[in-house]
Amino acid sequence: MENSTNSKGRFGNHGGQYIPETLMNAVIELEEAYNHYKNDKEFNEELTTLFNEYAGRPSRLYFAEKMTKDLGGAKIYLKREDLNHTGSHKINNVLGQALLAKKMGKTRLIAETGAGQHGVATATAAALLGMECVVFMGEEDTKRQALNVYRMKLLGSDVIPVKSGTATLKDAVSEAMREWTSRIDDTHYCLGSVMGPHPFPTIVRDFQAVISRESRAQILEKEGRLPDVVMACVGGGSNAIGSFYHYIDDKDVKLIGCEAAGRGIDTFETAATINTGREGIFHGMKSYFCQDKYGQIAPVYSISAGLDYPGIGPEHAYLHDSGRAQYVAVTDDEAVDAFEYLSRTEGIIPAIESAHAVAHAIKIAPAMDKDKIMIITISGRGDKDCAAMARYRGVDLSE
Amino acid sequence: MSNIYKAFENGKVFIPFITCGDPDLETTGRCIRKMVEAGASLIELGIPFSDPTAEGPVIQGANLRALEGGITTDQIFDFVVELRKDITVPMVFMTYANVVYSYGSEKFISKCKDIGIDGIILPDVPYEEKEEFTQYCDKYDVDLISLIAPTSENRIAQIAKDASGFIYLVSSLGVTGTRSEITTDLGSIVKVIKENSNVPCAIGFGISTPEQAKKMSSISDGAIVGSAIIKLLAQYGKDAPDHVYEYVKSMVDACK
Repeated sequence: MENSTNSKGRFGNHGGQYIPETLMNAVIELEEAYNHYKNDKEFNEELTTLFNEYAGRPSRLYFAEKMTKDLGGAKIYLKREDLNHTGSHKINNVLGQALLAKKMGKTRLIAETGAGQHGVATATAAALLGMECVVFMGEEDTKRQALNVYRMKLLGSDVIPVKSGTATLKDAVSEAMREWTSRIDDTHYCLGSVMGPHPFPTIVRDFQAVISRESRAQILEKEGRLPDVVMACVGGGSNAIGSFYHYIDDKDVKLIGCEAAGRGIDTFETAATINTGREGIFHGMKSYFCQDKYGQIAPVYSISAGLDYPGIGPEHAYLHDSGRAQYVAVTDDEAVDAFEYLSRTEGIIPAIESAHAVAHAIKIAPAMDKDKIMIITISGRGDKDCAAMARYRGVDLSE
Repeated sequence: MSNIYKAFENGKVFIPFITCGDPDLETTGRCIRKMVEAGASLIELGIPFSDPTAEGPVIQGANLRALEGGITTDQIFDFVVELRKDITVPMVFMTYANVVYSYGSEKFISKCKDIGIDGIILPDVPYEEKEEFTQYCDKYDVDLISLIAPTSENRIAQIAKDASGFIYLVSSLGVTGTRSEITTDLGSIVKVIKENSNVPCAIGFGISTPEQAKKMSSISDGAIVGSAIIKLLAQYGKDAPDHVYEYVKSMVDACK
């Protein structure tokens, strides 16, 4: 017997609740509250109003005609999460969790952030709902994303630079978990991806599932049929699971997650978890992790701070095991080329995270028949990445 | 039943913790011998983990130093074989789930039995997830130590009923590290534990002074200290063993 009969939140062999006893009643309380409110009419109406009136949903499903013609194969649609308020899909999950936390009587949100997108989204929701907010961010990332640090502070949040470990996203998660164990009563940990202990992978997925709920209706309206391929970038995997979710039962829709290969999956400078990691237990969940033979978590690398994480959400691990979704690796070079390509071709500057999905489309679309349909989720906008991309190309910018 | 009960046969206990390989295994070995000499009844050996989410900055630092020195789980197993040539007090490993799981849970736990490790503490394995480890702990007669926290409330009785070896009562919210004051009503938690279990109960997290140790062992079966010892290692390095002896002696005396 591999898993305990008491264990909850399993996706095949993955998931679970590997957390200190101190947090157990907090996650049980969260699960109970979520199970109540997810079926509560008033809660859902409030959330829909926030999605539509505040975040600007539904996001567009845009036919990328020039890109389609240029690549000469499948018809390409872009799901425009970059057009959401705060500039990425992160706001979907944050509005849901912040509203839930408020209903639970919590007055304070804590969050981890890598590039700063989730931190900015959390700071935004906290400002809107009148809650206190503290964001943990790796010290390295606070330097790389100084503008986002300023935005969070402008929105009224505290930003705590995390100096431990590699001073990046995984350490920000560890530090947020430590903070949560020390202050539970009034504090909700607003986790930013489909990771961590149950019920987070399920809660975050459900709030992000709005992406595929919309895209399914939109493509049916535009094309009268479901797409052949749905593609998204994967770090922890929140925009990808949101993009996949309502197609999982449609076996003819191919689901592709694009991981960050960094400088290549044959190097140590990579963050491609499915392609280079193996099963382990970390940050509250059983899933795939980049690690050494003794289970020490590996320092990972990607040009994209949002994909620079050594693990992947447990539901993705399961979709990989079952063969339902395919996970491919995309290098820094390919992602930067795609970042520039989409900007030039469609006038849309994607987040460097999303550019990983665009890069894979550039690889496979030309070989597909012209009557095939592909949806790529543009998880965020790329303004935040312009300075780093300029540096990558040897251009020195001063903001 | 493992040997852990022997530690509690002669009254209140003091349980020191040390991170293996900080700064090197030779120093760790000398410290452990000094702990035994000073009267420690049970010793917690930390196997370092890259991302110890239940630890405060002091033990995080020890984990990092040890890993930077190149320490591995296999080296620690060999080290325990050496220790067991002359040290008879019960010893437990304290590490994180991934260190065990990644080694192969059955292989790791059977190895514990082979080399004379009596129990394991995994702070990121709560009651709900313990069966995947206890199936092997039961098979190889190694205790998986249960933790109870100030927030456990309605969970205390259930955890206590299933506990073996000893129960690790976490004194306060938050991570490991010294605290000037412990405000949790531990007496009433211990009462519920005792109503549901005969397994001894020791209190850890935040304890550093003999006064605190005395107070904690007066309401339970003993006190556990980590960060205060790791601070001596960080301060004195290879010269730490004599300082560790003095400190452990003062704590053992306070617990009695």
